[in-house]
Amino acid sequence: MYRIIKKVILNNDVTMMEIHAPFVSRRCEPGQFIILRVDENGERIPLTITDYNREKETVTIIFQKVGLTTKKLGLKSENDYIQDFAGPLGNPAPINIKNKRVLGIGGGVGIAPLYPQIKKLKEAGCITDVILGGKTGEHIILKNNFSEISDNIYFATDDGSLGEKGFVTDILKKTELSYDLVIAIGPLIMMKSVTDITKKYNIKTNVSLNPIMIDGTGMCGGCRVTVGGKTKFACVDGPDFDGFEVDFKECMERQTVYDEKHICFMGAK
Amino acid sequence: MNDLRKKVQIKELISAERNKNFEEVVIGYSEEEAVSESQRCLNCKNPMCVKGCPVNVPIPDFIEKIKERKFNEAYKIIKTENFLPAVCGRVCPQEKQCEGNCIRNKTGDSVSIGKLERFVSDYYSVNEENTAEKNNKKIAVIGSGPAGITCAGELAVKGYEVTVFEALHIPGGVLSYGIPEFRLPKKIVENEIDKIKNLGVKIITNVIIGKSMTIDDLLYDGYDSVFIGSGAGLPRIMGIPGENLKEIYYANEFLTRVNLMKAYKKDSETPIKIGKTVTVIGGGNVAVDSARTAKRLGAEKVFIVYRREEIPAREEEIIHAREEGIEFILLTSPVKFIGENGFVKAVEMVKTKLLESEKSGKKDFCEIEGSNYLFETDTVIIAAGQTSNPIISSVTPGLKIYGNGKIFADSETNQTSIKKVYAGGDAVTGAATVISAMEAGKKAALAIDKYFKNEPETV
Ligand SMILES: Cc1cc2nc3c(=O)[nH]c(=O)nc-3n(C[C@H](O)[C@H](O)[C@H](O)COP(=O)(O)OP(=O)(O)OC[C@H]3O[C@@H](n4cnc5c(N)ncnc54)[C@H](O)[C@@H]3O)c2cc1C
Ligand code: FES
Repeated sequence: MYRIIKKVILNNDVTMMEIHAPFVSRRCEPGQFIILRVDENGERIPLTITDYNREKETVTIIFQKVGLTTKKLGLKSENDYIQDFAGPLGNPAPINIKNKRVLGIGGGVGIAPLYPQIKKLKEAGCITDVILGGKTGEHIILKNNFSEISDNIYFATDDGSLGEKGFVTDILKKTELSYDLVIAIGPLIMMKSVTDITKKYNIKTNVSLNPIMIDGTGMCGGCRVTVGGKTKFACVDGPDFDGFEVDFKECMERQTVYDEKHICFMGAK
Repeated sequence: MNDLRKKVQIKELISAERNKNFEEVVIGYSEEEAVSESQRCLNCKNPMCVKGCPVNVPIPDFIEKIKERKFNEAYKIIKTENFLPAVCGRVCPQEKQCEGNCIRNKTGDSVSIGKLERFVSDYYSVNEENTAEKNNKKIAVIGSGPAGITCAGELAVKGYEVTVFEALHIPGGVLSYGIPEFRLPKKIVENEIDKIKNLGVKIITNVIIGKSMTIDDLLYDGYDSVFIGSGAGLPRIMGIPGENLKEIYYANEFLTRVNLMKAYKKDSETPIKIGKTVTVIGGGNVAVDSARTAKRLGAEKVFIVYRREEIPAREEEIIHAREEGIEFILLTSPVKFIGENGFVKAVEMVKTKLLESEKSGKKDFCEIEGSNYLFETDTVIIAAGQTSNPIISSVTPGLKIYGNGKIFADSETNQTSIKKVYAGGDAVTGAATVISAMEAGKKAALAIDKYFKNEPETV
């Protein structure tokens, strides 16, 4: 069992938790994720590691209450326990400090996994700009954390309550597009739209994929994605991939497997 | 007197009913049936059955005890050589091992050794104490499948302090996430694991060696030796068009959703989705288990498509599958998956034929040109093999691997290319059997013990 050390409600939908998990904190790096189960009958869901503290042996996660599991997790309080918390999984983000000028683009809860990557790049001396997008200003999380580590910070909201009214890509189009690297993390459609633009300017763009996962160790193949025409397992080959190579259409298709009612539960036992 | 050429028939659930639930198919012998079956054993002077057993269980000896109704003693005899008898009695391919060698085969049925093994294991309920004197040596075992569990148990009874690290949230490896409930009830696996814990073995779940910690970390942390029993958990990608369509699963995903995440139960939060017609690709135990599981989840038609002629799965399971209405399409192979709206809709198949390969004598096969045809289906489960997972080998410099990422280990001692690091089971051999994984775990434990016994005292 893993204790919740700290809980911060970031907005109506999004919560941050710091969890005591010594086997995860020991070696985790930006870009990696964990898989948790809230309770005995719970499903396994992957969440990106937003931050970690090796001395305190803790790992910070941020999640949006969208499904059953994240809703149940949101009901837990400080000092409660989570059933399972396994990791770190996946590869650390390919952080290459030769990229002098980096643009981070985060959409929705995708802002959370973007944070440790930009932080690490900043610490390595890169120039870091960020574009953060969300439904409203309130939905844009970690604003203060990002302002400490970004040279320029831009916001895009659906309702114009913060920054520009529109999409992150509207802002992207207005930047000089002279970056060495773009890191885009958010909904698939956002990452696809970003790569559609950056491709024209040939700016290397990394994206982070978060398909349905079970084990997170390469065992089940449920997380497979097509990258550069080849089948890859997001959990062990990713989660970060070259955005130009990703088959976004297939990713979007596969994400909808369990959307319909046509799901089987048996009454046996 | 019964005809001694015939074995005492085992009771089973009725096929038309059981293919709708997850209850164990084989009911098992009663005491009377077990005693009666034991009397068929001729107690051969030179028992061939023992030679057929990879861990050399003294079979006639334990059967003698059943004749005398000393069931607990029978169990203890098995346990001297086999740490997971309740599992082995249920899943070993006995027809190729002990029972295949039984002298009674010549004139009738072999003695039902597996069923007797199962009987005494299910009968025995004493919790054993570990009385071994502690020797202050710490061993780390990676993976809690049959290889890891056996290695851990063997070392614990020799006085070692053993910690098992398991990536998943439940121990047991394939026994927990792969082999279905109706063949190996999870309660049985839990019992066997509890017995190992009872010997003092510590199992830490949710730790992925190679990610959470490396092998170097383990040695640095004071473990004197490491055993890798990480299995062959990486599905082989067929590499044919359309493989990523929706409702095409690798068997591991399908079986994990059902076994580990209990997708068949109402209160499970992990769903599984299957259609009316399910097509399983492959012919091993994994394929047969997937097919029978799909049937139980309510599929109307379930087909197993295999490119050769002889299904390599365990004999009893093939019989059970046929009884449950699974259809086999042999000498056929998929070449392409065809989709509609992102979902699989049909498989393009091609007929194959066997060739007698001159070198190995093993029958190879080739596709028959122009024999392609379309086969409509709603769901596909791919059970076309497993390879080794690279998580450990990719971060362990000096760990020699061979053929497709398997970990190299000495065939006698199971030592890897790194001193004090041993490996065994599917991680070394590729997908094989429970008993061969156990044999490897046992050999490694003996080699580790020998190493420390011969080690000059360090000051
Ligand atoms: C569906 C199915 C049916 C089968 N039926 C039969 C049968 O009837 N009879 C038979 O004899 N055999 C059968 N087999 C094969 C048999 O189960 C395997 O050969 C056997 O389990 C291998 O044992 P193992 O200990 O080497 O590996 P596994 O059982 O695979 O266990 C490996 C364990 O290591 C863990 N692990 C992996 N990597 C790491 C890591 N980096 N850190 C920590 N832990 C890790 C895994 O999570 C797993 O729990 C079947 C297999 C399947 C999949
Ligand atoms: S989540 Fe199972 S292989 Fe990636």
